[in-house]
This record gives sequence, structure tokens and C-alpha cells, in this order.
Amino acid sequence: MTATPDVISARQRGPILLRPFAMIGQTVIGAFREVGRIAVFSGGVLAACVTPVIYLREVLRQCMKVGFYSLPVVGLTAVFIGAALALNIYTGGSRFNAEQFVPNIVVLGITRELGPVLAGLMLAGRVSAGIAAEIGAMRVTEQIDALLTLSAKPERYLYAPRVIAGILTLPILVLIADIIGVLGGYLVAVGALDFNGSLYLKNSWAFVTGNDIWSGVIKAAVFGGIISLMGCYQGDRSKGGAGGVGRAATLAVVGAAVLILASNYILTSIFVRIGL
Amino acid sequence: MSVNPISGPILELKNVHKAFGAQQVLRGVDLTVARGQSLVIIGGSGTGKSVTIKSALGLIPLDKGEIRFAGEAANDGKSIAALRRRTGMLFQGGALFDSLTVWENVAFALLYRDRVSRGNAKNLAIENLAKVRLPASAADLRPAELSGGMQKRVALARAIIAKPDLIFFDEPTTGLDPITADAVNELIVEQVKALGAAAVSITHDMASVRKIADEVAMLHDGKIVWRGPVSALDNSGSPYVDQFVNGRADGPIQPAI
Repeated sequence: MTATPDVISARQRGPILLRPFAMIGQTVIGAFREVGRIAVFSGGVLAACVTPVIYLREVLRQCMKVGFYSLPVVGLTAVFIGAALALNIYTGGSRFNAEQFVPNIVVLGITRELGPVLAGLMLAGRVSAGIAAEIGAMRVTEQIDALLTLSAKPERYLYAPRVIAGILTLPILVLIADIIGVLGGYLVAVGALDFNGSLYLKNSWAFVTGNDIWSGVIKAAVFGGIISLMGCYQGDRSKGGAGGVGRAATLAVVGAAVLILASNYILTSIFVRIGL
Repeated sequence: MSVNPISGPILELKNVHKAFGAQQVLRGVDLTVARGQSLVIIGGSGTGKSVTIKSALGLIPLDKGEIRFAGEAANDGKSIAALRRRTGMLFQGGALFDSLTVWENVAFALLYRDRVSRGNAKNLAIENLAKVRLPASAADLRPAELSGGMQKRVALARAIIAKPDLIFFDEPTTGLDPITADAVNELIVEQVKALGAAAVSITHDMASVRKIADEVAMLHDGKIVWRGPVSALDNSGSPYVDQFVNGRADGPIQPAI
């Protein structure tokens, strides 16, 4: 029995010249298989998000973990990004006497793009990894098996509350990040670039439209779903003790970050097309 | 809980096969457990004892074979859900939910499955904690604040709170000192008897086997190779049982190293 698998796999690998093609084929098939698994998992969890029973206590608990406790990291990111953006736009704008557009471009950049994307990426690190590690630990310590024996479905009790919390709280976090980001730009503009403070705020407020804010909020809701789903998916699939849990956390962050950037482009394309 | 009166075995495993990749773990396990009976499955590490009870609970899908609970086949989501409503399980490490308090762990099935109000559920949880000799003051602690023995007691309270007909115990005394292990075994015997439930346990600890078993089944190479009353353990006539009970490295069972 010990020798048989090696013999079979050597035969299955085929002629040496064809092995690179076999490897490419296996990688492609593996990628499709993974996409399929993620789609099936996400479908089940999203169905659990919109059908009873929804455990509101769990949703609130997760809103606190995903949303409230992420405020400091999102706020700090936003203030520094707003400040750096103001400096860069001022420097670039000064080349063709367009310094006065600093507040307009800062508010537009923050609300439409940088607020949701950077908040999403920061939360991919903080929340997605956290969810993957928590659920992965539950998987390897048999807590998920225990849930099943107690007639609780993990997708309903564990995953749906986290995904709902991600979808609900990330837009709120992004709105707060928008305000803090503009404030970061304001502090630099007024403190270092000699802008008039009230004029800066007036220009920011006058320039931003409802569509700018809505596009950011919609992106944030999508990113919130991606972050939670990837954390839940990788955690659910983790195995093999502490190493497996660590691997799940890493894969969750990488997967969420890539999906955030890809979906950001897709959403931006759609918004441009429909005039949002 | 209104259930059909059970006359035959509470649990039957028929010709159960399970493989993980190329590794065939179960090769036709046949087991029956009568109502009120305490069966202990013994066997070397990696022989598939945990896989057997997880298969019985529908946690691991079978490759081949049949599980019957109270005379009904447990082969789809509905019948497995019905089986789980009438069974309890104590996992090897306790498997308590870290994010919940002790009483929320104990009352989990009442809160999330039976939709019992939190007040009533907490009272019932405290009652069941008392049954496993834990004070009410432990109810609001987190599992991480408890010792290993206390965690096992909480897991036992969680397994019995819904008054199951059958309880599974996966190495209930692993990691406990002999005195605490004996106390946990006493509680298992006492609570299983009080419920009139059947029990299927897995353990390597022969002191536990002698304490909690009515019957013992030996699993080796994916099959039940011996079954008999606990009193027959020392003169089983089986070289497998003889080697295992006496803890010898030489014999038909190869050490798992």
C-alpha cells in the first residue's frame, strides 16, 4: 500500500515533456474549482442573510466588532490619506496654477475612491483576517461540529451575522472616513498651505454631490460583503491546527484585497456608464 | 419531546465505509446500541473511532453503508436533523464556544434551536450546571476562565440539557488528571443513568472503560474485531483486545509511530 500511490502518480504524470502542460491544466482547473466553491459558499451565506431566522443579537455583536472597533484604524488611515492627498494635489496643481482646486479634488478623491477602497483594504487586514482566524480556530477545535450537533447551521449562526455586519457597517465607516479624510486635507491646507479654512470647507461642500457619496457608499457595502465572506470562507476551509488557521487568515486577506480592487474597477465602470 | 416509543436498538451502523483520499479508514463497521446501553469503542490511535461517531452524527458523509436512529434511516438532511435533536455530544476538547458565557454554551440548543427565552434558558443552564457539580457563579464566566475539568463538565451539561436519548462521548477524560477524570466518569455514568439514555463513548483510558461501559467494542483496521461485556475484557480471547488492554507494543496491533 505504501508504494502504490507513488507508482500510480508517476504513471499519471505522463511523459516528461507534457508535464508542464499538465501542471498548467491542473492550475487552471484548480482555480475554477476554487471559484466554484467560493460561489456556492457565498450563495448559501447570502441566502441565509435574507431569509429567517436571522440572529439579531449576533448581528449586533458583529457590528460592534466589525464596525465600531475598526473606527480608529479607518479614521487614522483617512486623516493621513486626506492630508497627503491635499499636499500632492497642491504640488501638482501649482505646476499649472490650479492650487485652488485642492478642496474639490480632495473631496472627490476621498468620497468616490480612496475612502471606500482604503477603508476596504484596511478592513481586509483587520476584519477578514480576524474572521478567518476565529472561524478557523472554531473549525480545528471542533466548535463548528459542535454547532451542527446542536442543530445550528454555521452559515446562519456564524457567517450570515458577520456578512450582514460587514455590509451594514462598512458604508457607515466610509462616511466617517470621508469626513475625516476631508478634515485631514483641511488641516494641511489651512495649517501648511495657507488656505482660508471656511473657504476650503465651503468649496468642498459645494463641489461634492449626492452621487459621489452614493457611489462610495455602494462600493463600501460591496467591499464589506467581500471582506466578511472571504474571512468566513477561508476560516471554514481551514484545517490542520495553528498553521492551517494562520494560512486561512493570510488567504482571507489576500483574497479580499484582490477582490476589493477588482470589484472597485467593475463598480467604477458601471457607475461611469450609468452616470452615478 | 414526543417521540415514537423505541423498542429496537437506538442506533445501528450497518456496513459503514469511509475513506479520506487513498486512506480507507472504515471498512464495514457494524454496530448496534440498545436504548439505555453504554457502549465504549476502544482501539489504537487513527483507527477511525472518532470518524465512526462523527459519521453516526452525520458530521462526516459515508462512502457506503447505513446509519439508523431509533429504527429510522438517517440518510438525508431532515432525518439527520431529527437525529441531532435527540442526541448529545461531548467533544474531546470540550468544543465550548469561546465567545459565549458558560450558561450560553450550556443553553445553546435551547436559545438558538428551541427559541427559549434567555431568562428561562439561563435558569435551566444553571440547573444543569448544578447536575455536573458546578456552582451558579460559574454561569457568567467565559470558557477560557475555567480549568480543563470544569470545561468538560460544562460540555457535559451542554450535552444533557435537551434530555437526549443518546449521548456520544469523544475521549471525555483526555488531558485530565486521574482524580478529575474519575470525577468526570462518575458524572457521565450518573447523568446517562438519570436520563435513561444510551451512550457511545470513545476512550483510550482503560480505567474510564471499566467505569462507564456496559459493553466494549474493539475497532481495528476499520472494522469491529471484538465486542463483549466489560466484564469479559480481561479474558476476551481476542489478541487485539488483550494487547490493547495490557498496553503492550508487541502483538497484532502495530504502534502508531
